[in-house]
Amino acid sequence: MKIHWTAVYVLWRREMIRYFRAKSRIVGSLAMPVFFLVFLGFGFRRMPVPGMGGGAGYIGFLAPGIIGMTLLFSSSMQGMSVLWDKEFGFLKEIMVAPVSRLSLVLGRIAGGTTTSMIQGLLIFGASLVIGFRFPGPAGLAFGLVFMLLIAFTFIGLGLIFASRMKDMQGFGIIMNFIIFPFFFLSGALTPLESFPWVIRALSYADPLTYGVDGLRAALIGTSSFPMAVDLAAMIGFALVMLFLGTYFFEKSEGI
Amino acid sequence: MDAIRVDGLVKTFDGFTAVDRISFTVEEGELFGLLGPNGAGKTTTINMLATLLRPTSGAAAVAGFDVSRDRDAVRKSIGIVFQEPALDGRLTGRENLEFHTMMYGIGKAERRRRIDEVLALVELTDKAATPVDKYSGGMKRRLEIARGLTHRPKVLFLDEPTLGLDAQTRRHIWEYVRKLNKEAGVTIILTTHYMEEADFLCDRVAIMDHGTFVALDTPARLKDTLGGDVVSLELEGDAGAFLETLGRLDWIKRTKYHEDVLSLTMERGERRIPELVMLAQQKGIAVNCVNLRKPSLEDVFLHFTGRTIREQEANMAERNRTMMMGHGRR
Repeated sequence: MKIHWTAVYVLWRREMIRYFRAKSRIVGSLAMPVFFLVFLGFGFRRMPVPGMGGGAGYIGFLAPGIIGMTLLFSSSMQGMSVLWDKEFGFLKEIMVAPVSRLSLVLGRIAGGTTTSMIQGLLIFGASLVIGFRFPGPAGLAFGLVFMLLIAFTFIGLGLIFASRMKDMQGFGIIMNFIIFPFFFLSGALTPLESFPWVIRALSYADPLTYGVDGLRAALIGTSSFPMAVDLAAMIGFALVMLFLGTYFFEKSEGI
Repeated sequence: MDAIRVDGLVKTFDGFTAVDRISFTVEEGELFGLLGPNGAGKTTTINMLATLLRPTSGAAAVAGFDVSRDRDAVRKSIGIVFQEPALDGRLTGRENLEFHTMMYGIGKAERRRRIDEVLALVELTDKAATPVDKYSGGMKRRLEIARGLTHRPKVLFLDEPTLGLDAQTRRHIWEYVRKLNKEAGVTIILTTHYMEEADFLCDRVAIMDHGTFVALDTPARLKDTLGGDVVSLELEGDAGAFLETLGRLDWIKRTKYHEDVLSLTMERGERRIPELVMLAQQKGIAVNCVNLRKPSLEDVFLHFTGRTIREQEANMAERNRTMMMGHGRR
């Protein structure tokens, strides 16, 4: 299928205009992760984290988790933004355009990834302010790779949901019963080692587990798995989710 | 070449047949109307022609391209204005048009020229930099019509172009649609459930009910089939004897008695009213109200379906409710 790059660019540009025009929404979506960082970060400051060497402390443990959480929420919302467009009618305008459906998906992925990355980087900045130590250029570079892979994975997941749903009615259910469990199971707030084995088994199936662990490996240098394992797992998840998201989106009928 | 050729088109949703084997052609440059109550299948028909829905069976070609096989070619040849606004409210008017023209691959200089041109045409030039959320309903509609034109489509679909607009804006849009059709030569297919709209605008009208065409002709000839003016009498009491008497009068061409309202078709109705009222009184029936109408398409609809459009809509709403309860959400 042919890719119309102009269409990809137009969709990306639309997302950027919308994002930067809705300043209050940016602030709103950053409030929760910042609260988590500040209150948990200071609250558990003196708590030792089992299995964590390097003296990074709880803030070191927490910051990658909250960056992962920010990416999880903003990317899955971005993937599901198709439903908002459907709700407000704009989806039809997109669907009658004489461009391949693949270009439409790529445009959405490009826009969603960019805004999610901006959100993630803002939280990274916030964590530096409250005492997270800058990891150096190499660590940051690997960190960005993991952030990108998390964004891809959950935009793909959002696209799958959006293609299977008729309207926004199931949105709350998906947030509460799928997105939140992904967050808690990932070990973003608490070390996996403290979970009973049943829950830990679920954690191993959660893509965000490897995303957050990879971010820790890159940004603070200690992690449960070797970074290569995290990287391989995340590349796998991202590819599968993007493929499925694209597949379901292409198959869904326009309106 | 025909702008549109439809052959036995069918669309079913979960066993409910929304469009049931319709066939028609629309000539190039024609202004064609689909008229019928809500739920008659007009929008479903348009959506299939615009490649948004896949036909269940049958074939349709728009501007010579098959809507199932040549979807991109069809999309390139058409413009469409949807029933519900399909604008991004956070973008300005100009940004919405830019999005559209870039999607259609129009180059930068040409893009700017055409956007300025259509904005002037629908008198929105000074609102171009305002976010669409701040537009009124009429302004949004005008912007959408403008957008439908920026890529110079061969065929333009207008789905209920004046639904929910005030009388003045409606007039404005009618004149505009007409100008577009006559001067720019764009083939236009519009759906409406306003009789006077179809009457005023369309070269030919298809009357649609329950997913099929019940009639298709020019508005004038459709009205001619009724054979004259319609006099409606609202009666009180047993109308049997009165109806019998009327049956013997040869100047009454047609009689329809429906919920205490008697509709009679005749020539020069205004001259016959006194006689009719007198006859009714002789038979001991009270006439509460008399109404004389020169035939409109509303009567044509009543003639072909046996119901007024409003009743038909009430029926459809009832049926939809039953369907929902049976099926859950569609």
